[in-house]
Amino acid sequence: MLWRPEFHGRLISVNDMFSSIYFYDVVAVGISWLANRDDDDLNEEDSLEFDAGFGSIIVVDNLPVVPKEKFEKLEGVVRKIYSQIGVIKENGLWMPVEEDTGKTRGYCFIEYNTPQEAELAKEKTNEYKLDKAHIFAVNMFDEIDKFMIVPDTWAPPEDRPYIPGENLQHWLTDEKGRDQFVIRSGSDTEVLWNDARQVKADPVYKRPFWTESFVQWSPLGTYLATVHRQGAAVWGGASTFNRLMRYAHPQVKLIDFSPGEKYLVTYSSHEPSNPRDTHRVVLKIFDVRTGKVMRDFKGSADEFAVGGTGGFNGVSWPVFKWGGGKEDKYFARMGKNVISVYETETFSLIDKKSIKVENVTDFIWSPTDPIFALFAPELGGGNQPARVSLFQIPGKEELRQKNLFSVSDCKMYWQSNGEYLAVKVDRYTKTKKSTYTGFELFRIKERDIPIEVFELDNKNDKVISFAWEPKGHRFAVIHGDNPRPDVSFYSVKGGKVLKLTTLKQKQANALFWSPTGRFIILAGLKGFNGQLEFYNVDELETMATAEHFMATDIEWDPTGRYVATSVTSVHEMENGFNIWSFNGKLLYRIPKDHFFQFLWRPRPPSFLSPEKEEEILKNLKKYSKKYDIQDQDISVLLSEQDREKRKQLKDDWERWVNEWKRNHEEEKMERQTLRDGEASDVEEEYEAKEVEVEELIDVSEQIIQDV
Amino acid sequence: MRPILMKGHERPLTFLKYNRDGDLLFSCAKDHTPTVWFANNGERLGTYRGHNGAVWCCDVSRDSTRLITGSADQSAKLWDVQSGTQLFTFNFDSPARAVDFAVGDKLAVITTDPFMGLTSAIHVKRIAADPDDQVADSELVLKGPQGRINRAVWGPLNRTIISAGEDAVVRIWDTETGKLLQENDKEVGHKKTITSLAKSTDCTHFLTGSLDKSAKLWDSRSLTLIKTYVTERPVNAVAMSPLLNHVVLGGGQDASAVTTTDHRAGKFEAKFYDKILQEELGGVKGHFGPINALAFNPDGKSFSSGGEDGYVRLHHFDPDYFRIPSI
Repeated sequence: MLWRPEFHGRLISVNDMFSSIYFYDVVAVGISWLANRDDDDLNEEDSLEFDAGFGSIIVVDNLPVVPKEKFEKLEGVVRKIYSQIGVIKENGLWMPVEEDTGKTRGYCFIEYNTPQEAELAKEKTNEYKLDKAHIFAVNMFDEIDKFMIVPDTWAPPEDRPYIPGENLQHWLTDEKGRDQFVIRSGSDTEVLWNDARQVKADPVYKRPFWTESFVQWSPLGTYLATVHRQGAAVWGGASTFNRLMRYAHPQVKLIDFSPGEKYLVTYSSHEPSNPRDTHRVVLKIFDVRTGKVMRDFKGSADEFAVGGTGGFNGVSWPVFKWGGGKEDKYFARMGKNVISVYETETFSLIDKKSIKVENVTDFIWSPTDPIFALFAPELGGGNQPARVSLFQIPGKEELRQKNLFSVSDCKMYWQSNGEYLAVKVDRYTKTKKSTYTGFELFRIKERDIPIEVFELDNKNDKVISFAWEPKGHRFAVIHGDNPRPDVSFYSVKGGKVLKLTTLKQKQANALFWSPTGRFIILAGLKGFNGQLEFYNVDELETMATAEHFMATDIEWDPTGRYVATSVTSVHEMENGFNIWSFNGKLLYRIPKDHFFQFLWRPRPPSFLSPEKEEEILKNLKKYSKKYDIQDQDISVLLSEQDREKRKQLKDDWERWVNEWKRNHEEEKMERQTLRDGEASDVEEEYEAKEVEVEELIDVSEQIIQDV
Repeated sequence: MRPILMKGHERPLTFLKYNRDGDLLFSCAKDHTPTVWFANNGERLGTYRGHNGAVWCCDVSRDSTRLITGSADQSAKLWDVQSGTQLFTFNFDSPARAVDFAVGDKLAVITTDPFMGLTSAIHVKRIAADPDDQVADSELVLKGPQGRINRAVWGPLNRTIISAGEDAVVRIWDTETGKLLQENDKEVGHKKTITSLAKSTDCTHFLTGSLDKSAKLWDSRSLTLIKTYVTERPVNAVAMSPLLNHVVLGGGQDASAVTTTDHRAGKFEAKFYDKILQEELGGVKGHFGPINALAFNPDGKSFSSGGEDGYVRLHHFDPDYFRIPSI
């Protein structure tokens, strides 16, 4: 790897060429010297400049071969075609000619200002028909190696021996039943066990520069995804974190897994060459296990920027929403007046048609069933009412529809089992000056999907937050206008909305249900400085109140046993995280500067049937005995270790102190000399001497007469 | 006990020093006027007028007759403690910062800041018994470290000078030859500016505080790192209890960022740590700006803190404090 090819008088390093080839299909060709790099760290590639190589040069083949006289004409034609796509660099068009005849050779090189333009040019003009005999073949110059190494004779591919894969779910077999989490701080990304019994975090794997922007667990916890300039990668394995697959997508910005983690959607947005154009976006859908691109979507940012908020460059993320539960059968995206539903067997539109919905602004899948709910606001100044509809896929039947009047805004919330759908509707008052809030509750699993309308006690209250109890029938609402809003709990069991309780004047603005339900954290983030209230909804009592000053994020562990609260680098100070037990006992805290992310590793759903779970719950005492003993053992062990450590520290300290004493004694005389013979050392006890000072104030004589 | 708030300075405090008997407390601030207080009740006894710039540091002789101060007005001054009269002025070409009397009070070390192209320096001056015989000449001038030297003190038996400053390195110099004897191990040393340094009473070990949010305890002879105390805020001031195995760290976020955040975010607490276990014992709140200075009374029964807020807070410990179990 010592050669340094020279081109246009510029030097490029071997690495530059790697960076781009490396992620192309070349890897699949199986070149041994490339394969060697497999074990190399991704961070090595990080240091490479993407556009420093030949990334912005394309090679156009199958041009007509013309004599000298027609050279300029051909050059003019080529220039015309390619300058439409982007700005060709000065002297960036080079058409080599035969030295002796002056004829062109039928190909040329074009250099653009940016790799993006080159990429686009390749895309647009590959197979461009100049005339019948000349169909352009356009390639990136960087791909030259790919063609160079193709051997002239075909050789049958070698049979690769079967290598059994690792158990990717090994972490679930942890003897202590612990959970993992990943944190990102500074340049380090670290996976740790939450060892709550030992009140500490136990490191699993740490790696600097693991990712270039963020990390993300797959929904079932099997993979950890990292994002790099060249694409995304997933990591996992039994003992440590090995790279399992890479997904080439230059400048990828966002990623999203399908709920069953079969597919990965990646997204990138590219600066347009012409500032008046909109950003170009590229979406790819990969098969997670094989790394194959199942489908890609390209277009201008406008096409993808419909409805929704909280996206990237105007695109609401995720662009594609996955439906139908964990089977990953359908995905859909919203367009202008349409919802396009695709199925994953063929990765094409169902019935080759999108569903037309006038003016749709939001849609959301049921978490379990192939049903989605959509919302379309009013049209024509109220002539056509706003509506919420439920659609079933693949039949595209409208299951239920509800028309709503004078609606200002609408938000839909699915319960995690897909049993209920709550629609929060903000309506204008008659004067249109203010709004009030109501709820429409759809009971999906019942016949004809009955709808319950319900309002807060004071319907003028602003709703700050709404959250369903996971797998449950209860929901919590934070409402009110004043700085200390109220929190109410409702139950929808049996078709009736029943208010359970209202907690007055809470410093809360966010709700965090335990994933197993029953417990909830009422959190006052941001403006409330991180107030936490751990509340038991079964007993309707507060278990604990606490504060994690400035907390920005709260996440329950997947089992609902522990909670992590963290202060991420949106604040300059206090960065780090705390781990709490479900009932609000602070277990341990770890401060970390420049703290970016805390994510629990998700667990796949339990295999236990509901009956079995019930049975366990009933005989909890029997099962928990074993763990109680373990707890006891560990606490004994801990206190023993602690004692040992303290003793050690104390002994060490004693040694120092003795040495200091000895030195100090030895130097006593010298110190005395330095102090002109003054004996008392600072550290010696100074005695309080009583000094009698007699002072003669006055002398007067008086003769006392003899009596 | 309720702390005694001493409001005598108009600008942020920079340094606090008790005399050996522990009955007087000397305070320095950016307001040019070092002040002396009764250490038991916080009554102001007097001021030392004459400096024309922020006063960074002071030291008092063992017999409490002489005070030496280092100031940003490019001078260090000797004072008569009792009368407050200026006895002598050492003039420099750059601001003076740290001052420290040697054992026997016959020598003093004065550091000067890097200024107008001059590098920082450590000057050793001989202090005459009679102020009339005082000369301005330096016995020794040490140069070398980059950046400001925030603190320089005498090592055991005046044989060495220990310095620390902006380059985050603790150095030990030979006072006979002026040579650099040791630098601390970079691996374990501070990562950012060392802001403060406090010696133990017997001078066998010392504590350094740094903006890297930690304080470290070193052996004065071998420069071995013995302990590290980790906190959540930059450390501006450190002190060691002469009585119990406690150390106190003071600091807080940068003064320039204070106004932008909640007062609790600043963490302007004096934090007590167990000297041996390196565990936090508790904190003393009160200042509404970073703590710049800390000092323990030599009897270990009270301590005072000086803040960016211009207050000196004098704390006499409650009886409970002395019952804190030590391992």
